[in-house]
Amino acid sequence: MIRVDEKGFYGKFGGAYIPEMLHPNIEELRDNYESIVASEEFQQEFQLLLRDFVGRPTPLYFASRLSETFGAKIYLKREDLCHTGAHKVNNTIGQIILAKKLGKKRIIAETGAGQHGVATATVCALMGMDCTVYMGELDIERQRPNVERMKILGAKVVPATSGSKTLKDATNEAMRQWINNPVDTHYIIGSVVGPHPYPEMVARFQSVISEEMKWQLKEKEGRENPDLVIACVGGGSNAAGAFYHYYNTPDVRLIAAEAAGLGISSGKSAATTVLGTPGILHGSKTILMQTEDGQVVEPHSISAGLDYPGIGPVHAHLFDIGRGEFVAVEDEDAMKAGILLSRTEGIIPAIETAHAIHALNMIEYRKDDVIVINLSGRGDKDLETYIKWGGY
Amino acid sequence: MNRIHYLFNNKQERVLSIYFTAGFPHLDDTIPVMEAIQAGGADIIEIGVPYSDPIADGPTIQDSNKIALENGMSMKKLFEQLKGFRAKIHIPVVLMGYLNPIIQFGMEDFCKKCKEVGIDGLIVPDLPMQQYLDEFKSLFEEYGLVNTFLISPQTSEKRIREIDENTDGFIYMVSSHSITGAKSGISKEQITYFKRVQDMNLKNPRLIGFGISDAETFTTASSYSHGAIIGSAFIKTVKDSKNLSEDIKNYLQSVLKN
Repeated sequence: MIRVDEKGFYGKFGGAYIPEMLHPNIEELRDNYESIVASEEFQQEFQLLLRDFVGRPTPLYFASRLSETFGAKIYLKREDLCHTGAHKVNNTIGQIILAKKLGKKRIIAETGAGQHGVATATVCALMGMDCTVYMGELDIERQRPNVERMKILGAKVVPATSGSKTLKDATNEAMRQWINNPVDTHYIIGSVVGPHPYPEMVARFQSVISEEMKWQLKEKEGRENPDLVIACVGGGSNAAGAFYHYYNTPDVRLIAAEAAGLGISSGKSAATTVLGTPGILHGSKTILMQTEDGQVVEPHSISAGLDYPGIGPVHAHLFDIGRGEFVAVEDEDAMKAGILLSRTEGIIPAIETAHAIHALNMIEYRKDDVIVINLSGRGDKDLETYIKWGGY
Repeated sequence: MNRIHYLFNNKQERVLSIYFTAGFPHLDDTIPVMEAIQAGGADIIEIGVPYSDPIADGPTIQDSNKIALENGMSMKKLFEQLKGFRAKIHIPVVLMGYLNPIIQFGMEDFCKKCKEVGIDGLIVPDLPMQQYLDEFKSLFEEYGLVNTFLISPQTSEKRIREIDENTDGFIYMVSSHSITGAKSGISKEQITYFKRVQDMNLKNPRLIGFGISDAETFTTASSYSHGAIIGSAFIKTVKDSKNLSEDIKNYLQSVLKN
């Protein structure tokens, strides 16, 4: 069985390795989130907002031209059609309702590609809560439109200027700010990373993805289970959502596409399961890219959302026990896959998502296999990167 | 007897602990800085093991960690530098380091090395109490290392009592709910917190850290505890120093004057 235990571990990975100063915050969350989330009041508000504000359920779309190209039955789970353009909002809706019930007044968040930042700024505007988003300086440059979207929504965007100036550093900064403001502030982590209970909590809010996939597939194919589910993994929130209800169905292959950057051995990569080893990152035991001395290695990916040196503990566990199949997709191949999807299906995907499309070229499958690719986000935010790349 | 126990057996007030980052400002400054701290009259030396992602530290210490790593500092290098330091340094020395580099070195090897070179205690800010008890306590004890826990104004009385129960060195009181170097001066709320913990009659001595920078803050903190820890303000002192031993001595004298 793949499930989190009471100490927050998935097998060997997880837990809560946090400074004592964060203990009261994490304890408050851990002790309250399950009962709050299980309450009818929470569920009513959550479901209503997912339907009327986010636009759920998102379609499960049969991609006929893509299917022809690859010789399988390929469905796209259209998370790109969520309000704000990616799956991230499923989690922020859940956490903002939770924060309100916990009596918090202020929200902080980290962001990589800016999708989680936008999704957080959006729900803060919706609920009238103060919002500060930490974002790596480098990401601020390459994701300009999302920075401006956050500002339009009334959020404050604070650059993280340490280290590689990307997602890892934004996460460090958000944690520091939470230490400094422990009482009135809730930290909305955007991925299945961080100390327990975050990884499981975020996965649960995202699990609506595979919950819908099941009944939608039943309608279209007469069966709940596809042969394969493919998703990209940075920290791994969209993958966790897409895998969640299939974790314990071994017949469904779970394919996780990591970012190989300029190549596994280029020194500019974010392929955590290939290059990483067990250790501690951002409050949990997981697999991360690090030196022999235990210093965290600065990752590289053309997609800001995958530019992270670790993976969520649940993914480390899936990798460890062989339940998940991990492939590492290079920048160039991801960009080409983005163009391919644009031209075969009329959908410009986020560059993160394009990694999942390219995974089709890297794995074996049978001709009649039913494959669901989680189309986690749309490419609007990446136009500048597409333009700079220019290969279309 | 562990030097930390010996110290607190003989001194219960105005204990001064100084934090600095190993290999900062230059790789080979570790031992000279330690000598200067001892010569300046401090009671405890806290050696920070630099880490790429120090989430409990503010900009000043982050920066010193980064520079130390760029200088080539590592756990291995640090233990090489510390070999034989006990010939010169007799005051208690504590290593402060984040958990990941320690785990990669190997917890047992790490504890063994600490004992070998003459380290008295450890502060691992991201090692939670439960994990310590479950996985590492017996190792720390085997190698005679005192473990120090942090508490903050948000730490409940129940948890403070648990922490007091599970340590036998000193308790590190974070003075505001803050990362290192975040605020200066001591507020009324902080004093309320200092008094509250003072009145709990804990078995362990208490040192107040975070936000202590000069004679005034040191004296105020010391009047509600056994003493205080200075980190960021000390790092600032050594950062651009042209004469480490002189500048450190002057700084410590300015803090210790009554």
